[in-house]
Order: sequence, then structure tokens, then C-alpha cells
Amino acid sequence: MGKSATGFDWITILIYLLLVGFGWANIYSASLAEDHSDFFEFSQIYSKQALWIILSFLLVIILLSIEAKFYQRFSSVIYAISLLSLAGLFIFGSTIAGQTAWYQIGPVSIQPAEFAKAATALAVAKYLSGIQTNIKDFTHQLRVFLIVGLPMLLVLLQPDAGSAMIYFSFAFALYREGLHFAYLLLGFFAAILFVATLAFGPLWVIGGVLIILILTYLKNLKRRPNLIKYLFFAAVAVGFSLSVNYVFQNVFKQHHRDRFNIVLGREVDSRGIGYNTNQSEIAIGSGGLFGKGWTEGTQTKGHFVPEQHTDYIFSTVGEEWGFLGSTFIIGLFVLLMLRLIYLAERQRSTFNRVYGYGVIGIIFMHFLVNIGMVIGIFPTVGIPLPFLSYGGSGLWGFTILLFIFVKLDSERMSFN
Amino acid sequence: MRKLLLYIIILTTGIVFLARLFYLQIMDESFTVRSQDNAIEIVYDYPQRGYISDRNGKLMVSNQPSYDVMAIPRNLKPFDTTEFCKILSIEPEELGRRLDKAKIYSPILPSVIIPQLTKAEYAYLQEKMRKYEGFYIQKRSLRDYQVDHSANVLGYIAQVNQQKINEDPYYISGDLIGRSGVEKVYEDLLRGKKGVKYIQKDRFNRNIGPYKDGIYDTLPTKGKDITITIDAQLQAYGEKLMENKRGGIVAIEPESGEILSLITAPNYDPSLLVGRKRSPNYTRLYYDSIARPLYDRGLLAEYPPGSPFKTLTALIGLQEGVVDTDDTFSCNNGYNYGARRPLGCHSHPSPLDMVPGIAHSCNSYFAQVYRKTIEKFPTPQEGINTWNKHLKSFGLGQFMGNDLSTGRPGKIPDAEYYNQIYDYPTYEWYATATISNAIGQGEVLMTPIQLANMTAIIANRGWYYTPHILKKIEGDPIKEEKFTKKNKTTIDPKHFEPVVEGMHQVYKKGTASSLQIPGIEIAGKTGTAENFTEIDGKRTQLTDHSIFIAFAPVDDPKIAIAVFVENGYWGSRYAGRIASLMVEKYLKKEITRTDMEDWILNHSLKEEYAKPLSGEPFRINQ
Repeated sequence: MGKSATGFDWITILIYLLLVGFGWANIYSASLAEDHSDFFEFSQIYSKQALWIILSFLLVIILLSIEAKFYQRFSSVIYAISLLSLAGLFIFGSTIAGQTAWYQIGPVSIQPAEFAKAATALAVAKYLSGIQTNIKDFTHQLRVFLIVGLPMLLVLLQPDAGSAMIYFSFAFALYREGLHFAYLLLGFFAAILFVATLAFGPLWVIGGVLIILILTYLKNLKRRPNLIKYLFFAAVAVGFSLSVNYVFQNVFKQHHRDRFNIVLGREVDSRGIGYNTNQSEIAIGSGGLFGKGWTEGTQTKGHFVPEQHTDYIFSTVGEEWGFLGSTFIIGLFVLLMLRLIYLAERQRSTFNRVYGYGVIGIIFMHFLVNIGMVIGIFPTVGIPLPFLSYGGSGLWGFTILLFIFVKLDSERMSFN
Repeated sequence: MRKLLLYIIILTTGIVFLARLFYLQIMDESFTVRSQDNAIEIVYDYPQRGYISDRNGKLMVSNQPSYDVMAIPRNLKPFDTTEFCKILSIEPEELGRRLDKAKIYSPILPSVIIPQLTKAEYAYLQEKMRKYEGFYIQKRSLRDYQVDHSANVLGYIAQVNQQKINEDPYYISGDLIGRSGVEKVYEDLLRGKKGVKYIQKDRFNRNIGPYKDGIYDTLPTKGKDITITIDAQLQAYGEKLMENKRGGIVAIEPESGEILSLITAPNYDPSLLVGRKRSPNYTRLYYDSIARPLYDRGLLAEYPPGSPFKTLTALIGLQEGVVDTDDTFSCNNGYNYGARRPLGCHSHPSPLDMVPGIAHSCNSYFAQVYRKTIEKFPTPQEGINTWNKHLKSFGLGQFMGNDLSTGRPGKIPDAEYYNQIYDYPTYEWYATATISNAIGQGEVLMTPIQLANMTAIIANRGWYYTPHILKKIEGDPIKEEKFTKKNKTTIDPKHFEPVVEGMHQVYKKGTASSLQIPGIEIAGKTGTAENFTEIDGKRTQLTDHSIFIAFAPVDDPKIAIAVFVENGYWGSRYAGRIASLMVEKYLKKEITRTDMEDWILNHSLKEEYAKPLSGEPFRINQ
């Protein structure tokens, strides 16, 4: 550590420890129930995670010992290795549940996608911190999109649409660095059209969009509005809506369609495709204000919620720790993200700031999609809850992501 | 702005999540229920229902095991319907209907599909049960009646209805509950408390051990055995005497208020309402709108009391000081009080003072006593209300507060009632307008149990315990204040002696002189009440009701009885004979006057009851 080191941000580290510790307690409870009948297996899940946690503490020490400059200097190399490891999956990877996402090394399976997020964040930060780079320049925009898009495409091909979706979170970092607000607005508008098309069908959406456009046009008639612009916008909206409908009906697999249908309230079926969400809501809802107590959750014990120790870990929190416990976890995440924004904003170097926003975006996207799914306001998308969900690759991925930033922040006063 | 956007998005997300969690965890209670529904199975262990014995310790009701085929709709798997229906002799369509109904009640709670299997059906089915996933057999205890009488007293148990399930969380679908009689009133004592086991289930509905190590589990508590005040022998005898007649008998032990007999006729065998034949049998009894076997006449029928009421007229007259026992009143085959038609009477010596007045049941005598009572006061309103107050102290015109499952208040009119029907103050009304009350006709209505209680009060010379049916719980006498506290009437005890003597004379030389019991001094009063029905919208008079009250022995009363026989003509004809036989049976345990017994057993009133239904003109009082 150089002279300019200003110490590590203990607030961030404390929140990290709380999340990991609380996560392990819930994994213990969830896995206790899961393999009730098989003692051998049961001892492995939570002790395995304990091992991962201890190892990630070692990892933290290593990450914090490495000089901050290293991350910036070698970001391209790290990114390249990461891309290779993703591409290598198609040759050496093993397929579990239809996804070719893991390298099987002895008893350990490693999921390179979990590490690629940090690598991409480094690469984006590196590119945007370049002196010639101007995010308002269209060519440069395309290059950034390429940096983000490459690992995204490789992950999408596994296929893991959930993890691929996370890469959209770099929009926050790009926006912070000056990307036009229209990109975000366009994305937001597209998302609304997307959901509305699925919920109400393309005819209603197109009709609605056209009526709004006509009304706006008539209202602005005195100001001589540009008819061409309106027509163009209408054509794009209609085209988008129709293609969404086409993709939904012809490209999506049935289980994707089902998941959307459940969240959009089109299906009610407690034993069928809505099972996960339904059981998860029952578990959380039955927790009440104070919860049923640690390892006392009846839904958790009966293992009614599938994947409860991984993607659905938050339902254990909800059932056993109640509204207070859920609020605690959500509070910790919000606090962590706000703290990270504060840290990112106090960075002197663009590299540090962009990387920080990358971290925030990635954590936020997981938080949004995972908890949204578990409490039934988001479609079922299989991504983990950072720091809490079971899984070594995930925990290490997020630990690396976060602690590189903690290290960068601690040396923010040094010149580079 | 660029810095702010992410702040806003993060905070908004946090708030939306907390709002959703608040809804899930705090607002919407249904998730807790659904959680218990799918993670915890509740298994019930039904206790033995308490036994019921009569006052002499004779067992009247015990239990027999019964087996219900239950189903949990969610756990059902496709099964061999044909075989299943054949074993249980049920139509497949009917089975489908019941399963649908069970599903509507709850897909995860058990419902009774086929109730009360026979032992043979149970034995055969038990071996095959594992083939029918989702079905199981629930053992319960059903009633086993040791007597073929007292159905109206004991009542019956049946599956609890949905309304009760909603009201009382103790009950779940398929539970048995007392629906009438003692079974209903003392349900809480008799049922005991079912035991509960909470079993933790996993998502495959496998049993993974007791919930919270069984800390919420309870063992069943056996129901309490109770002794009722009924004398089973007397009850059986009374029911036999009432065969082919309609009416009610209530017998009370005056010194305790215990109900010795509570008879309604026609009656039915309590065993009819047990087992799988229960439903058709009940339907048959329920829809018999002519004989109405489920209608407890002893408690519900409000009849004009007729002449027995004259004893009260005498008592009130004495208490108000308007008459002395020696005062005589003349009777010229009736009493002309100024109306178009005098109040008629039969022939007897005249003039009479009180004791022979009661013995000969002189209408004229009591009409004049009644009139003097009412006219003692400046207005008839005050007079009637004083009269009403005295009668209320006999428990008349109101619910008695007894421990029977049903009852009626009867009717004792007051000033307000007459003001209304005579449109006071536009029109005045006077004591004479209500003169029929003097002889228990007019607006007065009483149930047989009120009549019996009135008799007990006279026997006690002025006080009573509220009549009751429960004697002991698990061998301990009841201590409830309501039944162990004396109720005093507003009549001075000294005024009862001349009335008792008058009633004694009824047997000695009056209207019941033919009904004396050798060796027992008995006091009584006959009654003959006019009554009417509507045939084709026309008010038609029917043969008079035969009424009798009695208590014995006169000096140490052990039994007070009221008998009411519909359309039995005059008081001593049916009711008097039956009362006399009942008293003899209770006090002597044997019948010496077998010719009288034979007369009652062989006389039927069925022809009399058929008359108004025949559609043809008929004559009454033959």
C-alpha cells in the first residue's frame, strides 16, 4: 500500500460481512430441510458454503493486497481471459439442466459467467477512462456496446438469459459518463411496450400508441408539429410491438411464456407453472411481522419452495425472520448501493468511477430481478441474490467485484 | 441529475419491495393459512362421548364405534371407481357428486364421503384401503341407545353444519354435534375434547415428523358422563299410555324441580336417528306434518290451560283480599255478567264457597272472583297488570330459563295487550271483556311444562325450583344456582291450603272422584279446553282438549304432573286417567287398577284426529 492509501471503507466491508453471515444462516436453515432424509448430503450444502465463505475472506485479503494499479493495467488481459473462459465452455464445459455454464474440476464446478461481470466492468472502465474516448461519439458508443455485448452474447448462448440480462446494467455507468438520456428513455419505453404487448396483445398496444400520438399531434397543431417525426415514431412503436409479439410466440420457449404469463396475472395454477412463485409467496407471507424463527419455517422445512438455498434464499428470510428480517436485508442492500454511489462519486479517476458504477449497476440488477421474482412482482428469472445465495462461483464473483472497488477506493488519492 | 437518477431508482425499488412485503407479510392473512394448509397436517383423535343415565342409574345412552370414509381431495389419485362403488354400494354418480362437494369445501381438508360404515363394510374395506390414495377411514363414536323411548329428551347427534363450523372453530366438517335435547344443551360436557396431532409435511406430502416436536399436540379428553333427572321407567310407561294419542305429559319432583318425565306423543325410537339410515328416517319424521313426531308438545305446545287455571284465579283473589274462603257465589248454570251470552257452567250444588267451588270447577264462582280482583283497582289496566304480575311469579308468560333445548313462553296478557286490541283510549274496556281468563280460556296460553310447574308450586305451597333435566355430572350433583335457588311466588303460602284442599276434594267428591288411587291421597284438577282449527279457511271447533293436573301425596308431594291430551274431550276422560296411572306407577311402582290401564291402552284417538282431515262434515265431543 502506497503513501496515498486512505484506508478501506469499513461501512461497505461491514455490510458485506452482515449479508454473507446472514445469508449463510439462511442457507443452513434451507439446506437443513432439503436433505433431511440424507444426512451425508445435508452436511455438505451448508458446510460447503461455509468453506466458500472462509475462502472468500482469504480472497478479500489477496484482493486488497494487490496494488490498485494492477487492476487498471491488466483489465484488458483479465477481460480477454474471461472471454476465453466463456468461449471455452462450448468445448470443455459441462451441461447441467440444459445450460452449458460450468467447468467441472474434480468435485468443484466453476461458473465463469459469475467472474465475467467483474472483468467486463474493468474493461468498460478502462475503455471509458481513455483520454480519447468520448461517450457522445457514436463510434465510441458502438465500441462500448461491443465490450459489453461480447460476454453478454456468450452467456446468452449457454443459454442463460438471466445472467445475460445483467449486462444491461452497464447503462447506468454509461449514462453517468454522459450517454444521452434518450438511450435510457428508449430502453424504458421499449420495456413498457414489451410488457404491455404481452399483457394486452399487440392490437390494443398499437391502438393505444396511435391514439396517444394522434391526440398529441392534434394538441400541438398550432405549433406546426413535424408529421414525419410522428409517423416515424408510430412506425417504430408498431414494428416493435409486432416483433415482440412474434418473438414471444415463436422464439420464446413455452416455459418462458408461462413465466411471463404468471407474473402478468394471466394464469392461476398453484401446482403448475406458477408453483415456484406461489410457494415463495406463501413462505414469505406466512412469516408475518416477526417470522417463525430460525430453522422453524414450516415451508422451508417442508422444502416447498424449489431452489430455496440458491435463487429463492430470500423466501427463507421472509418466512423465518418475517417482515423485520426482510426489511433488514432490503435495507442493507439499499444502504450498500447508496454507499457505493457515494464512494464512486468521490473518485478522482474516471476508471475508478466507471468501475464503481459498474459494480452498483450489477448489484442493483441482481437485487431488482431476484427479490422482484421471489416476492412475485417480476417474471421468474434464475439469477442469484448477491452475497446471500448458495454457490461458490457466485459468492467469489461478487466478492471480487466488490473488493476490487474497495481497493480502488482506498487508493483514490494516488495519481495514475 | 445524472448522479441523482440512480439514487432515485434504488430508493424507489427498495420502497416498492417493502410495500409488497408489507402486503404479503402483514396485510394479507391468507398466506399464513395457506402455509399451514400445505405444510402441516392436522390429525384428530375423537374421544368417547359421555354416557347418559337416568335418575336411578339406569344407562340410557352409550356409544358404538363407527367408521367414516374420508377423503382429502388434493391427495386423490385415479382409482378403480367401479370396485370402490361396489364395496360401498354407492352409485358412481353419487360418489362423483360427493367428491365435488368435498373439493368445494376444501381441497386440503378431509371431508366425509361415506358416513358410518357397517362393521362388515369396514372390515372388508380396510384391507383394500391402501389402493385408494387420498381416502382414509376415520373412527368416531356413535350413540348406542339402551332404551327405545325418551327420544325427545335425549335428542340426537348429527354431522355439524357449515354455519356452526363458521361460528365455532372447535368443529370441522364431519364432526358430530348434539342437535336437540340433552345432547344439544350439554354438548360441551358430553363431547369431551378431541385430541390434535400436528404433523409436518414436505412438498411431496410426506410425513417428516411432528410439528415443533409436538408441543402443540394434545390428547383427547373423554366426554363427561351425566345423570339426568328423568325416571326411565316412568317415562317409558307414560309413552306407552300416550300411544295413539297426541299431547304431552310433564312430571316434576316438587321439592327439587327435577323433571321426572317429559313425554310427547307421538314419539319415535331414538335408534332411528343413528347410522346410515339416519337421513331417510329423519326426513320421514321431519315431513310428517300431521302427527309431527319431532315436535315436543311437552315444551312447545301452547294450549289454553282451561280449568286448572282456576286454582290461580283463587290464589290471586285470596292474595288481593277480594275473596275469603267462606264467601259464597251463586251459579245459575253460568254467570251472567251483562254480555249477550252468559259464561256457561254445568250443573252442581249452588251457591258454593271456595273448596267446593274448586272441587266442582264452577265457572261462575271463578268468574266472579276474577272480576272482583280486577275491579279492586281504579282502572282495569291496573287490575290486569297486578293479575299479570302474580302470574309471572309462577313462571308463566315467559321462558322459564330451564336447561331444555327448546321451549315457548306461553302467553299471559297485560294491560298493554288489551289496550291495543280494544283501541284504548278511543274505546274503554272493562274486566268483563277479559272474563274468560278466569277459567283459563280467553287469551291465556300455557305449555304443559308450565302447567306442571304450576302444579309443583301449589304442591310446595308457594315456591319452586326452575325445572331442570341435569342431575349429576360424573356423579356430582349439579350446583348451578339457577336450579338450586328457590323462586318464591307473590302469593302468601297460607293461601295455598284452601286451594290444595279444593284440589283434594276434586278426587274425593268432585270431577275426578272416579280416579282415586287406593292408599294415596292425591290432589288434582280437571280441565276441558275448547279449541279451534281452520278448515278451508273456516274457523271450526274441534273436540275439546282433555287436561289434568295432579300432585301426590297431598301432605308430602313427591310428584306433580300435568297431562294434556289433544281432543280427548273432558278432563277426567283421558288426561285424568293417565295422570292417575302415572302417579300410581311412580309412587307404588305397580298398577292396581288394571282395568283403567287397559282402557287407556286400548283407546285410540286416531279417528278423532282424522276428522278435520277427512274433508267431510263431522261431529265433535261425542
